[in-house]
Amino acid sequence: MNINRRTLLALALATGMSAPAFAVAQAESIKIGLLATFEGAFTVLGEDSERGALTAVDEFGGKVAGNDIEIVKGSSDASPDSAVRAARKLVEQDGVKVLIGPLSGDEGIAVKDYAKTQPDVTFLNGSSAAQDTTLRDPAENFFRFSTDGAQWMAGLGDYAFNEKGYQKVATVAEDYSFPYTQVFGFMAEFCKAGGTVPSKSWVPIGNKDYSSVIAAIPDDVDAIYVALGGADAVNFLSQYNDAGGQAPLIGGSITVDQTVLTAKGRMRDVLIGTPAAGPTADTNDAEAWTEFSAAYKKQDGAFPSPSLFAHAYYINMKAALLALDEVGGDLSDGGKKFREALSNLEFETPTGKVSLDENRNAIADMFLTEVSEADDGTLVNKLIKVTPQVNQTLGIPKDEFLALGAVSRENPSCP
Amino acid sequence: MVDTSGSRTNPLAQGQGMTRRQAWGIVVLVVAAVFIWMVFTQWPDWLNAILISKKAFLSAILNGLTLAGLYFLVASGFTLVFGLMRNVNLAHGSLYLLGAYIGYEFAEWTGYWLIGVAAGFLVLAVVGLVMQILVFRRLEGDDLRQTLVTIGISVVAADLMLAYWGGTTYQILTPGWLSGAIKLPVVTAVRSNGTEVFLVYPFYRLIVLLSAIVIGIGLWLLINRTRIGAMIRAGVDDRDMLAASGVNVHFVFAIVFALGAGLAGLAGVVGGSALSVAPGEDVRYLLASLVVVIVGGMGSITGAAIGALIIGLAEQIGLVYFPTYGVVLTFVIMVVTLAIRPQGIMGRSQ
Amino acid sequence: MTDVTLDPAVRRRQSRNWLEKAGIGHILLAFFLLIYPAMASDFFLTQIGGYSLVLGMIALSLMLLAGYGGMVSLAQITVAGAAGYVVAIFGENNSGVYGFGWPWWIYGPLAIMIASLMSAVIGWIAVRTEGIYTIMITLAVATACFYFAQQNYALFNGFPGYNGLRAPDAFGLNWRDPVPFYYLCLANAVVAYVAVLYGARSTFGLTLQAVRDNQRRMRAIGFNVTAHKVFAWWLAGLIAGAAGILLVWFNGRISPGTIAVGPSINILVIAIIGGLRHPIGPFLGAVIVVLMQTFAIDIVGAERFNTLIGLVFLVIVFISPDGILGLWERFKPQEGRDSWRSFKKAPNTDGNQGRNA
Repeated sequence: MNINRRTLLALALATGMSAPAFAVAQAESIKIGLLATFEGAFTVLGEDSERGALTAVDEFGGKVAGNDIEIVKGSSDASPDSAVRAARKLVEQDGVKVLIGPLSGDEGIAVKDYAKTQPDVTFLNGSSAAQDTTLRDPAENFFRFSTDGAQWMAGLGDYAFNEKGYQKVATVAEDYSFPYTQVFGFMAEFCKAGGTVPSKSWVPIGNKDYSSVIAAIPDDVDAIYVALGGADAVNFLSQYNDAGGQAPLIGGSITVDQTVLTAKGRMRDVLIGTPAAGPTADTNDAEAWTEFSAAYKKQDGAFPSPSLFAHAYYINMKAALLALDEVGGDLSDGGKKFREALSNLEFETPTGKVSLDENRNAIADMFLTEVSEADDGTLVNKLIKVTPQVNQTLGIPKDEFLALGAVSRENPSCP
Repeated sequence: MVDTSGSRTNPLAQGQGMTRRQAWGIVVLVVAAVFIWMVFTQWPDWLNAILISKKAFLSAILNGLTLAGLYFLVASGFTLVFGLMRNVNLAHGSLYLLGAYIGYEFAEWTGYWLIGVAAGFLVLAVVGLVMQILVFRRLEGDDLRQTLVTIGISVVAADLMLAYWGGTTYQILTPGWLSGAIKLPVVTAVRSNGTEVFLVYPFYRLIVLLSAIVIGIGLWLLINRTRIGAMIRAGVDDRDMLAASGVNVHFVFAIVFALGAGLAGLAGVVGGSALSVAPGEDVRYLLASLVVVIVGGMGSITGAAIGALIIGLAEQIGLVYFPTYGVVLTFVIMVVTLAIRPQGIMGRSQ
Repeated sequence: MTDVTLDPAVRRRQSRNWLEKAGIGHILLAFFLLIYPAMASDFFLTQIGGYSLVLGMIALSLMLLAGYGGMVSLAQITVAGAAGYVVAIFGENNSGVYGFGWPWWIYGPLAIMIASLMSAVIGWIAVRTEGIYTIMITLAVATACFYFAQQNYALFNGFPGYNGLRAPDAFGLNWRDPVPFYYLCLANAVVAYVAVLYGARSTFGLTLQAVRDNQRRMRAIGFNVTAHKVFAWWLAGLIAGAAGILLVWFNGRISPGTIAVGPSINILVIAIIGGLRHPIGPFLGAVIVVLMQTFAIDIVGAERFNTLIGLVFLVIVFISPDGILGLWERFKPQEGRDSWRSFKKAPNTDGNQGRNA
């Protein structure tokens, strides 16, 4: 009989689709998935997140409840699609029962939604800080032991108006949900204190040329609030310096992060003296922080001080390991006992006590900082003030807070 | 009977009305006059209300011009390569990015920015030569295949560059004598105490614009006033005839590709000094080159200049005045051009 | 009444029953695909099987345009994405924007209709271009749509896109469960495949191929070339639209990232690797690419899978521009002339040089 082309094609397809299903490893190790941005513009941040997570693993000596900890990495590029793809691979192909991540705001919302389709897997946040991940429509199996972008801004609006005397501030931020959250957090306090924000510039994602945006900012503002991260922040600061910008800056949490402070360029003059707020402060001399900082520095390629991404991943990983310890590493009931343990978990972190609210979002201390030069010439965020135990609704009653509406380009507004 | 000799081409004598060229000329003059007025006078309030501020407007225009200069540098190589070899080199963006990385390495190593620029140009010219010999010579005539091969090369190149240089963003530091802002003799506002505020603009960007103009003029002279240029232009019109007349077509191709790639590398270093170097820039500048060359016309240096002007200005004005959708505008212009006049403004119809 | 002058091979072909017409290859393939769920794990069923079928369908729409119509389009994923956004807006979603909650049997056909309409419009815009210019205009359209979707929050919910797009519960089954979803994708893929395969031999199909080969001549004969091309785009839009609905049910979400330049090039890579000669090509390419994307990470190391895929693509384009199918064409025994037992060179072959089966 003649075997024709189609037959062989059919056989080829058959071989392809029936490649043997991989059996899930049956060792006594516990597989924990680690999802961060290891591709794209946020790669540096992803690498630091990994260092933070590994610091927590090292603290437990690589074992929890007698089992080895096996970290399986998943990579995304800060887009929600890639985060869900990576999460799906970790959960459905590699069979992790605990997943820590993602890094970026919109990724968090997407992964939370995916979590709803996988009720037997427990998801902990990495550092994603969009508000809606836990505030609206939360998932029962998504836990965030780090705080969101609005919480990070606690204390900054007040400081800018009252201490620094800025009355009119223009904002420059990227056009997606995490910067919306940060601007929201800043303006909540600043507008309430009496300040006005006459101009808000939302820069399209991926744009690197800020000179026109800088030129369009009105001349009569007292300061410019900048909520950009990573490479974008470096670009903005260089271009602001080159354009001879005069107005002082106020930083969002990731604008004055270590990834930006250690970048090369002529931005030092522009940066020094910039106030900002966030979940960490480099010059924090609390013992817990210095210990954590020292442990972090043992990792390969560590920065002089842990970034907030390393810090967030550390806290979330530590929470997972503490809860695993409590249930003796037993995830056989679909993780129910594990999640029970997580919901009730309260522990001391390098930055103070952390506990969860009813949406499984963290309540933690926030730090107001200012960029200054350390003795060795590097730039650090000097601690000015600690705002204790900030919750997701920023101290406002929950229904009032929800009534303020979801964050967007126009909300909030106080021209 | 009907006098068809001269009066048809001399409408002024006939009183027939204007030719198209004269009409365009008047439009350009009017626009220029309005523009000059806008630059040098103080603006009335209603103008400030529409256009945010004089500073914003002028900065947008200047930024558009300097960005156009950068786009011209990147796109000129692209248009030459397509015009001559009918090859859409979709790895052009990768050449830009590689040039930026190479320039960064050399600038760091020697400490001189200019050496970085030269290195970017030379190394990429060699890479272009190699690509021409190894890849394009074998695939001559098959447009689709060349396109696909260059797509494949760009995917692999992007990943390898990511592997070697990582995802970090690099800043190529411009030397001190090129950085900082200068005061331009244009008044943007008058303070309440009567002193005038002059427009302050980054010096480096003006240098980029200047170098783009110089290189553009150089290229134009090369194409239009030298023998090699004549061969290139002949090749654009009719490749087979050029080969038949005894010219070593492969040699000419190789020169053009090397030049095009070298220009992309140079643009990479120059652009990377103003806007940093990071993965993803390759796709961005590839798309930008595509749009510029489509709008301006394939194979034409003047076309690349005009296209770059249109796109650079559209992008910056869009960024300031229509920040939400300005970024879509560039591609809408490209679609409209392809739909209505596929050969571009200065291109010749096939 | 048999014509005695007919070649015996042709006469044999004419007197086949439907089983022989379908071809042993198709029968075997159908059998294997039908019993696949019995052998494969849930992961392989959805992530490899279902996903390959969906991507294969989108690539099939590209193959229809490129292989039979000579128009290479980089906008097929955009068309599929349009269907996906319709599902998000008119179905249910978790993003708090729109989500009218219409049932699947309303938003499904609506999505396919809108997608095919959009495809026809793109085709109409691109109808005067050819070759490279078609690639570029479709790339420009795709990029413009991407940026628009990313910046517009009113309709598209911008950068985050829509979450929580669930496949429906119908006829007592949840169609996102592994086995039902796989069969759903399989059914759609088979319908699309058969439609393209036999449509290629229909009057329209043959006219389209004639237009591809010599547009000017067809116009001179009196065919409305523009109408034929736009209709082809419309048909391709139907296939891509159906695939788009399956894609969002598979992912549970849609965002501008789904229709960016990267995924668009991915579809082109799939179609080229498989081969543009025969409708099975796109599916073959999809299986190869999905397998590489899923397992290259384990073979090549965490990050360099893009290099692997790019290199495979380059090798295939260099060696065999017709993809895997083209490679197969070169090495297979000639149909009806050789068997595996004797590799005699056929004396005179037309070598199946045409682009279709």
